[in-house]
Formats: sequence, C-alpha cells, structure tokens
Amino acid sequence: MDLSPIWLTLKLAAITTLLLLIVGLPIAWWLSKGRSFFKTIIEAIITMPLVLPPSVLGFYLLLAFSPRHGIGQWLQDSFDIQLVFSFQGLVLASFIYSMPFMIGPIKSALQQLPASLTQASYTLGKTQWQTFKSVLLPNIKPSLLTAVVLTFAHTLGEFGVVLMIGGNIPNVTRVASIAVYDSVERMDYAAANSYSLILFSITFVMVISVFVFNKYQARSPLE
Amino acid sequence: MINVSIEKQLKVYHGRQVLKIDHQFATGSITKIYGPSGAGKTTFLKIIAGLTSPEKGRILINGLTWLDTDANINLSPQKRMPGFVFQDYALFPNMTALEHLRYATDDIAWIKRLLLLGKLDTLTDHKPIHLSGGQQQRLAILRALAIRPKVLLMDEPFSALDPEMKAELIADLKTIFKEIGATVLMVSHNPQELEGLVDGELYIP
Repeated sequence: MDLSPIWLTLKLAAITTLLLLIVGLPIAWWLSKGRSFFKTIIEAIITMPLVLPPSVLGFYLLLAFSPRHGIGQWLQDSFDIQLVFSFQGLVLASFIYSMPFMIGPIKSALQQLPASLTQASYTLGKTQWQTFKSVLLPNIKPSLLTAVVLTFAHTLGEFGVVLMIGGNIPNVTRVASIAVYDSVERMDYAAANSYSLILFSITFVMVISVFVFNKYQARSPLE
Repeated sequence: MINVSIEKQLKVYHGRQVLKIDHQFATGSITKIYGPSGAGKTTFLKIIAGLTSPEKGRILINGLTWLDTDANINLSPQKRMPGFVFQDYALFPNMTALEHLRYATDDIAWIKRLLLLGKLDTLTDHKPIHLSGGQQQRLAILRALAIRPKVLLMDEPFSALDPEMKAELIADLKTIFKEIGATVLMVSHNPQELEGLVDGELYIP
C-alpha cells in the first residue's frame, strides 16, 4: 500500500493546525471582547464553512486562485505562486475550511471567563498581552486542546474542498480521503479499507485523548 | 485629596437611573460606601479604577487628573493602578497564592509580610480552588495591597470572614493602609461591619 497519502494528510493537518493556532488565537480573543456589527459580520464569515457545502467553498477558491484571472493571476505573475493543484493551495483551503473549529471553542472559552479576571490584571498594571498570556490563556487550556484536536481531525477528513482546489496528484495533493475515493473508483476495496482504517484509528485516538486530558473539566470534545 | 464628580446612566430593571456623585475624600482616609442594591456602588468603584467610564465627570487624585471628560482625559486602569478587591474576588484559577502576589509585585519581603498578615503563609502553594471562601477573600485583599496602591477600592471585602478573623485583619489592615498612605473606599452592606475603621461615609441612594 502506498502510504504517501497518509503522510501528506498528516503534514497538511499539522501545518493547518499550527497556522490556525497562530492566527486563530488573536482573532478569537478579539471576537470575545464585546460586540459590534462589524464583529458579527466577521464571525458569520468565519462560521460559513460549517454550513456551506465543501464543494461550494472549493469551487470559489478554485475560481479565486485560478492563474488565469484575478488574485491567482497576480500571484502567478508577481511571485510565481500557483495555488490551484498545489500543496500550498490545499493548506490555504484547509485553513479557511477549518477556521471555525479553531476559533469557535477558543472564543467561547474566553467569553465564559469572568470579566473581573481581566479587570483585576489591568488594575495590577498588566498590559493586554501580559493578561492574555498569564491569566486568560492558562485558564482555557481544555478548550485550547479541544480546538487543536478538532482542527487537526477535521483537516484529516476533508474531501470536497481539497478535491476541488487540489485535484488528485500523487505526492502533491492526493490526501488520504481522496485516496479512499480513488481506491473505491478502481474497485480496490482492500486499499480503501486500509486508508479508512488508518484515518479512523488516528481520529479515534485523538478524540479519546481529549476526553482523557479534559476529564477533570468533564467536557465533551465537541463543546 | 481625591475629588470625584461624575455622572453616569445606569441600566436598571425599570429603565434607567442616573448615578451622580460629587464628593471629596481626604488623602489617607477610609470611607465606607453604602446604599441599596443596584444603586451603583460597584459601578462607582469601577469608574474610579478606569474599568468603566461615566458620560460626564472629573476625577482628581492628589492633583493628578485621572479623568476629565471635558478635556478628553481618561487614564487606563494600568496607569491608575488602584488596588481593587472585587466582590467575586477575581482570583486567577491557574495561580497559587504565592503566584498571585508574585504576579503583582517582585518585592519578596513585602509578599512575605502580606502572607503573614493574611495568615496565608502556610498555603502559598494552594490554588484558589483549594482555599476556603475566607482564605480566597484574604488573598484578594493581599493581591490588591501587593502593588502598594495610593487608592484602594474594596467591594464587600470582609463578607466571607468570620467575626474573629475580620476584627484581627481590620486592625492589621489599618496599619498597612497608613504605612502605604492609601486612601480607601470600601463598599459594605453591613451597617456595623466597619465600625471603628472608617473615617467617613458616602451614601449612594
């Protein structure tokens, strides 16, 4: 069995999760502080991938980053970057598609912390960053873990978006979910079963781990 | 001298009411603030701390302007650095008693003294969840004192303490307040609670 789709999937999930953690934390923090019409719009955009068919998102990304027009053409001409049918394109699509899974749990956890924690830190002379790093972040660890695992697991299972923007190029864009589909198309059920079993096992272990690590908080990994 | 003249609209169950306070507090004095629930006592403390803003007003602390809505001056809580004892204590669940004080100050000798004063010297490695209500409240008071504030704002600071501990702590706190030169504003519901401690009273109707 060719294991390259599994490695590619794990690489894609790891990069996507890391990027979303770096970008998602400040966005979740910003969204958790107060409400405004602008924030509501941003939150709605971030949440869209949860309800939008993946193929729709993939189609628009394919159009947006096509080297024949618009942003795609500009990236191609200016920086020689082609996002469609490339691994970078998969990372971008996964980043957008998994964004609500990273930002949602972190934002909710930050909102549930009493406002007085932040206020107490401010009256001690601490900056917003010091407060975030020393007070807020350590007190949302279970939700942070949930967000990381959900993002990673969700990226492992992506199909529609990656197929639309990445296609099925071995060692480049052929991730495990596409390898399963491809194997079934070729009537190679043994290979499809192997890929599926590996994906199932990895996801199951991850979800179990969250339950174990968060047992003291008695939270479901889906919260 | 602390001069406060503020006006803020409060949202209440039946609509809105105005919190209007015009008062002077002598430097180093201890003032009890009392009044009915929902009158705006906590809001008043938060306005002084810079945690919420009034529509109109001025706050002058020993000649320094903390707030002047006409001149568009509104110092952040970080610049005002008042000691603040929150009604819900606002202790950080991730920090031990010692870490709370280390977060506020690097002065180890001062921390040791405060821990002795609050009778928490044997509980330094305990997180809030492992402290009793009274111990948590004392830790909240010590954390506010750790920064040696010139203005100390205390919202129901002794509500969880037993009478014996309260009397002992109040006596010790009086000394500390004098030593750091703090002007103290204390919200209290209990009419007898602060007898012998306060120099004046402010009623918020």
